[in-house]
Formats: sequence, structure tokens, C-alpha cells
Amino acid sequence: MLNLLYLLAAVAFIFGLKMLSSPRTAVPGNVLAATGMLVAVVATLLAGGVVDLPMVLAGIAAGALVGTLLAVLTPMTAMPEMVALLNGFGGAASALVAAAEMLRVHGVEEESFALVPVIAIAASLLIGAVTFSGSMVAFLRLREWLIGGRATVFAGQHLLNAALFLAALAAAVVFARHPQPGVAVYALVGIALLLGVLLVIPIGGADMPVVICLLNSYSGIAAATTGFVIDNIGLIISGSLVGASGIILTNIMCKAMNRSFTNVLFGGFGATVSGGAGGAVATARPVRSGDAEEAAMILEAARSVVIAPGYGMAVAQAQHAVKELADELEKRGVDVKYAIHPVAGRMPGHMNVLLAEANVPYEQLYEMDQINPSFSETDAVLVIGANDVVNPAAKTDPASPIYGMPVLDVEKARTVMVIKRSLNPGFAGIDNPLYYLPNTMMLFGDAKKMALALAQAVKNL
Amino acid sequence: MENLVMLLTVFVLAVFVGFEVISKVPPTMHTPLMSGSNAISGITILGAVIAAGAAVSTGMRWLGFAAVVLATINVVGGFGVTHRMLGMLRGKGHRPKG
Repeated sequence: MLNLLYLLAAVAFIFGLKMLSSPRTAVPGNVLAATGMLVAVVATLLAGGVVDLPMVLAGIAAGALVGTLLAVLTPMTAMPEMVALLNGFGGAASALVAAAEMLRVHGVEEESFALVPVIAIAASLLIGAVTFSGSMVAFLRLREWLIGGRATVFAGQHLLNAALFLAALAAAVVFARHPQPGVAVYALVGIALLLGVLLVIPIGGADMPVVICLLNSYSGIAAATTGFVIDNIGLIISGSLVGASGIILTNIMCKAMNRSFTNVLFGGFGATVSGGAGGAVATARPVRSGDAEEAAMILEAARSVVIAPGYGMAVAQAQHAVKELADELEKRGVDVKYAIHPVAGRMPGHMNVLLAEANVPYEQLYEMDQINPSFSETDAVLVIGANDVVNPAAKTDPASPIYGMPVLDVEKARTVMVIKRSLNPGFAGIDNPLYYLPNTMMLFGDAKKMALALAQAVKNL
Repeated sequence: MENLVMLLTVFVLAVFVGFEVISKVPPTMHTPLMSGSNAISGITILGAVIAAGAAVSTGMRWLGFAAVVLATINVVGGFGVTHRMLGMLRGKGHRPKG
């Protein structure tokens, strides 16, 4: 009976995921998946195995309170951090369940460990702990509480990771031979936690969307392996669903950057440039900078304006100011579009969510492939907080670390305006030749203040 | 052994279903799809409930309790934030202001 209800929940998840991948059916899809979860949880609570109901309910109440607060209070700009954090919690929960199961079997004298659950416990501890610590590093980095977001690479890193992985396997083997709480388990968990940190720190900020997808996938796999530990079919089905869908998203992200999966994982992208691979020195070249009034005049006189947003817009919370500027321009008959690069921002679809929050009509958002052919007929492009995704070096400079990545062809427009705080290379640390082109005008300042100033200046014209 | 084969079968088939279900996703839906599937991976809450509810020792009780709390945050936070996000994506034409 219980498994039948789990099957029902799994069907709800499958349909829910399917519906979530289309804007029209997404809301009922999410509700359906949540309902499936509720059914599965209530069925488990009522199944009879739960002896200490008050404690379980207290845990659920506490978690529900924190979860609700997070869901309601987290600003849309902080979505990547939020997903990373929740991922980490999921991974940790899976590892904790495996640990608790180990204690249970150990505590029951007559029950001896079979090999399969032992392997499953080891796998679940390993994957769960990697997911947890990796997600926490991603979270801290996205919050910029840790190492600024720049990739951290050191010599012998891959070797160290490989050695740690082998050590984790060795600990797992020792544990499998003597399945009891002890040094081997602590070593396994400790190594796994360290491995999670080391796997994420070499991955640069621009690759964060890939990391988040991948960790999402891991948290699903962790749940599935925990399903093997406690013989629970609900966990296996749902966990593997999420694991697989996470891999698909990871793949979509990798394709968007024209990089292979292994290259993202082991590339140390964004840190290698310090060796000078990015090409010419940034300082000596002339840059044309302008102010809000000058820029407003160009924008107001344009027939078509394309706005290319990036992570900087999210950091500065500039989406509402950008929308205000777009409204002013539209009132004056300017055709405004938004060019959304698939990996703009720090998680897949980040820009779409932010612009939706600012009530930008869905019809004005254009994907890269749709909008690239039209840049040559565009009067003005306004780049806000984007860097790598508009870097022409990706097309022209084989020495550039992002060479080959599809980018927005903004430089083909008559005028390109770039709102940026300074000429410092971006999150990924790569110099951008776009800033030195003759048709580029730099607008130095905070994205939000500059967008507001532009809106005001257009209004005053 | 037979049980393991059955579980493995379910696992492998579910992986294929996962691959099939979301082959084409428009970029707008990437974030909600991710936070939604993230919430589903909180399914481990079932294991947490079982572990906490059937604890035979203090250590197991605390591990189980912590797992229940974390998994519930994952589930409730994940579905909740997805719902909120989708509300914004859907409310594109009209503007509620404020």
C-alpha cells in the first residue's frame, strides 16, 4: 500500500517536471509535484513505522517554518544562492539518513549487515557529503562571502582530488569489511566533505550555472542511493529523476558555453588568465566614456535599442530601474528588446526571472540565436552588468580562455553602451576588447544608479 | 539479490524517464525547473522521517531529527520559491505595482 502511494507520488513528480518545462503549465506542475510530496510524507507518517511521532512532527514544523521564510523572503536576485543552499541541505539530509541507518543496524544485535546496504551507505555518505560541502562553497561564493568568486587553482589540484577520491574509496572498502561506526566512516565523510570543497573552488564564477545544475543532479543521486540504503522505492524513483534532469540541464549549460563537461569540471576556468593568456594589456588603450545625458540622447534618437543584461544587473538590483528606462524609451517610440544569453547570470534562466520580477513583457525577451542576426540593424545596445557573454574575443582571439563560446554580437550595433563600475576585468577575470572599440561608449557607475540616471535624462529631453 | 535487481531496474528506468521528461526546456523555465526539481530531491525526507521515527538510540534520533529538519527546508523552500517565481513569470502582461 505504501509503495503504491509512493508510485502515485512518483507519477506526480514526473508529470510535475514535464509541466514545469513549459511556461503555460508550470504553475499547476509545481503544485502537482508538491502534492505528490505531501501524499508521500503523510503516507510515511501514517504507515506505522514512526514511533516517535512528536519529534518527527517537531522537525517537520521547524523545517517548514525555515523553508517558508526562505521561500518568501529571498529576493529574486539571490535565487542562485537559494538553490545552492537548498541543494546542500538535501545532500546533507541524505547522508544523515544513511548514517542513522548505519547506527540502527549496528544497534540491532541479531541483524547483520548485508553487502548491498553497506555499499549503499558508503555511496550515500560520499555523495551526500560532497553535495553538501560543494553546495555550501557555491553558496558562500555566490554570496561573495568567500574568495570573491574568482576561481582558485593550485598546482597538483587534479592529482590531489584523484588521490582524495581513491582515499575515500579505500575508506569505503574498510568500512564495508567492518561495517560499524568508527574511524573508517569518519574518514569517509571527512574526505568527502573536503572533496566537495576542492571540486567547486576551481570552478570560476562564469561557470556557476553549470555547477549549480551539477550539484542539483548530485542531490538527486544522493537521494536515490539513500533509497537503496533503506530499501525505499520512492526515494529511488524520485532521486534518479532529479539526477537525470540535472544532468540534462548541465548539458544545456555546457552547450551554451561551447565547452565540454570535463572542461568545466577540471578547467579551472577564469583563473588561468593571470598568466597573460587574455592577450593585450588593458591599461594603455583609449576608451571613450560618456555621461547619462549624452547616452540618453543617443538612446532617445534610436529606433531600436537592445538591452543586454548580465550578473551585474542582479548584483545592483537594477532590473526595476532598467524597466523604467525601457518604459521611457518606449513612450518615445523606441523599439526595446532584451537579449538574453543562456548563461548570463549565475544560474540558468537567472535573467528571465529577474526581468519577469520587474514586469518586463515576456515577448520582449529574445534568446541569443534569435537576436544575433539583428544586431547589425540595431541603433544602440545597452550592456548592463554583462561581460563575458558580450566579449568579441570569444570569436576572434584563439588565445582567449572563452574562445569558441557563443556570444551576443553586440559590437555589430551602431553604438554600444556599457554600464560598468570600472575597467576591471569581470567575474571571470578576462579582458574585454569590446570596451576599446570606436563605437563603444563606457558609462562608468553603479548599474542601478546609471539606469535611473538614464531614465531621468530621457524624461528631461 | 532479487530485491536488489528490482531496485536497480526501477533506478535505471527512472533515469531514462528523467532524461526523456525534460529534453526541451525554454531558457525562461530553467530556474523554476531547477528549483522545482531541487524540491523533489528533498524526497529524502521520507527516509529522514523513517529514521527519526524509528530511532533506537540517541545518536540515531539526533541524526534523524537533523535530517528531517534539513529535508523539510529543502522541500518547503524549494516548492515555495518555485511557486513565487512562477507567479512572477506568469504575471508578465499586467503590472500589480509595488
